[in-house]
Amino acid sequence: MAERVGNRAVIRRLAGWDRAIIALLVAFLVVAALTVDNFATGRNLSFLVLDLAPILLIALPMTLVVVTGEIDLSVASTLGLSSAVMGAMWQGGLPIETIIPLCLLLGLVLGAVNGLFVTVFGLPSLAVTIGTLALYRGLALVVLGDAAVAQFPGAYTSLVTGRTLGLPNLLLPLLVLSVVFAVVLHATPVGRSLFTMGAGVDAARFAGIRVARTKFWLYVLTGGVSALAGVLWTLRYASARADNGSGLELAVVAAVLLGGVSIFGGRGTLWGVVAGATLLAALQNALRLADVSTEALTVVTGLLLIVSVIAPNAAGAIRSALLRRRGGPTPPAAGEPSDPPPTTSPSVPSTSVRSS
Amino acid sequence: MTAPQETAEPAGRTPDKTAASRVAVLLRARELGIVLALAALVVVTTAVNPRFLSAQSVRDLALGAAILVVLAVGQTVVVITRNIDLSVGSVLGLSAFATGSLLQAAPGTPVVLALLVGTLVGGLCGLVNGALVRFGNVPALVVTLGTLYVYRGVCFFWAGGQQINADELPPAFLGFGTATLLGVPWLLLIALAVVLVAGFALRSYRSGRELYAMGSNPRAAVLAGVPVGRRLLVAFTVSGALAGLAGVLFAARFGTVDAASGTGDELEVVAAVVVGGVAVFGGSGTVYGAAVGALLLTTIGSALPVLAIDQFWQGAIVGALILAAIGTDRAVAARVAARLRRREAHRG
Repeated sequence: MAERVGNRAVIRRLAGWDRAIIALLVAFLVVAALTVDNFATGRNLSFLVLDLAPILLIALPMTLVVVTGEIDLSVASTLGLSSAVMGAMWQGGLPIETIIPLCLLLGLVLGAVNGLFVTVFGLPSLAVTIGTLALYRGLALVVLGDAAVAQFPGAYTSLVTGRTLGLPNLLLPLLVLSVVFAVVLHATPVGRSLFTMGAGVDAARFAGIRVARTKFWLYVLTGGVSALAGVLWTLRYASARADNGSGLELAVVAAVLLGGVSIFGGRGTLWGVVAGATLLAALQNALRLADVSTEALTVVTGLLLIVSVIAPNAAGAIRSALLRRRGGPTPPAAGEPSDPPPTTSPSVPSTSVRSS
Repeated sequence: MTAPQETAEPAGRTPDKTAASRVAVLLRARELGIVLALAALVVVTTAVNPRFLSAQSVRDLALGAAILVVLAVGQTVVVITRNIDLSVGSVLGLSAFATGSLLQAAPGTPVVLALLVGTLVGGLCGLVNGALVRFGNVPALVVTLGTLYVYRGVCFFWAGGQQINADELPPAFLGFGTATLLGVPWLLLIALAVVLVAGFALRSYRSGRELYAMGSNPRAAVLAGVPVGRRLLVAFTVSGALAGLAGVLFAARFGTVDAASGTGDELEVVAAVVVGGVAVFGGSGTVYGAAVGALLLTTIGSALPVLAIDQFWQGAIVGALILAAIGTDRAVAARVAARLRRREAHRG
């Protein structure tokens, strides 16, 4: 009983920010469609989807990684390296049907390297992936230098950029992948175990969850998806360059956090992240159409990011202040200053007080 | 690296002098390792091309390293409290542009005032970061990632696409970028002063030690009566102020400032700090280590062309170095912890 009350309270608090970001997205889309010329056209939709694809694609596995309390900053470098290798192999005369699987395999290997450092050697993921961020981008430069490889087969590039029945080709795969990730995270034992890990590694281990193994495979998955994003990126622009997607890691992390995932792990929803990524891409797209400088976007992105983390805390603080005034049991404050507040454990003592 | 620090701190409980000194030796060895790596790099490069140690080349190296060293010191102050400041690159850009605009408008401004203004701009940015982290109760990684975008955006708005060129800056200021005192560039002297002052404050002042306590165990620091919130504000303000100072040095050294100055510097700074032996989870490391780390990264950059290694290898080498550094730290920490445990067991 107490457990269920606690869970429901947690879910309610979560749902707050998710709903806010989804509402914000819908409101923004409506306003943009009404006020920005050419925003709500099929042609623009396909640009929007193309802009969204790399961010959303990488944000999906990144959400799982962040939910477990880890982070992967090397994703954009993995994208760049896979793009560079793709270019080098295409230049070397390999058929594209061989190149693409090899690039994806490379991504899995790069992800496994991250996973190895984080799980087997037990190093902090932030430091490891800053290291591999530099390493992979550096290797991309070694592979391709500052050259650009172009002239990829038109059948493949138009497959990425084209439309069928008026809808961008990438839209359906993105939707399907989002649903698959959402189901895995929210409706399977694996997904539950990710949240448990994020809430407390020791507790997860005692509960029999294979923490290290799961995290390792998450990094492998993230590497593979990042390489896929690299392949799509290369085909979209029909250009393989070592600096493809530089700085994208920050946009991906911003999208994930904007979607309401706690950077400390254990909290967040996948649909929030999908909404967050879409909001970022739509903002960028609308501002470009409205001829507003892209600098405005950087300010808006930053402010949204800050608001997205402060708002839930502020709401929690207000709620606990209200409860205190009513004389009810005081739930713990929104989080201790410098300690990651595990989401489930604070609610357990408070609910047990309530039930006794 | 957190483990040895934690065991060294409650020295009053178990007056275990040998263990403590052994820990100290190993910690010193950590910084010694980077110094040795740096020395080896310099020796090899000089052997390949003796002109690497010519006065001109050393001076160029020192000027380049000075800016990164100042940034790394600020970052260290934040990282030892178990936080991170990703906005330093943007703060550098903002302060460089602010100083450039000031000097453009009032060419008579003395250099000291320019330095102060830049530091002040940076300090304000840092104070905002600190206030958000402290009062918003949110992780520094997210806040400073947000302000990274915001400060850079503000800088772009302000600049509006224009850039400040060397011929628009007063000669006195540009001269400061290359001027020397007794043969040592001013930029290097400033960087050295920053390192020494910060090193002394962190080592010998109560407030400095409290920063380590916060990073080592945040909850214990609160229980021990450390004014965590205030220290946090100070740490972020210092980091911002030093990034601002670095911005002025940047403007003086390069003479050309646009809105994109310092883009991406944050990762290089974090790399320097990590290579220098400052643990990303706080509680250990020194500004001296971070400064040597910054020096090492800069030296690698200028040694590659001399060694006839493709410049494109630089990023890969830096990445490998970061991984090696954190791997070594973990191995040393594990070995120290194991040895201390054995000793305890023996004493029974």
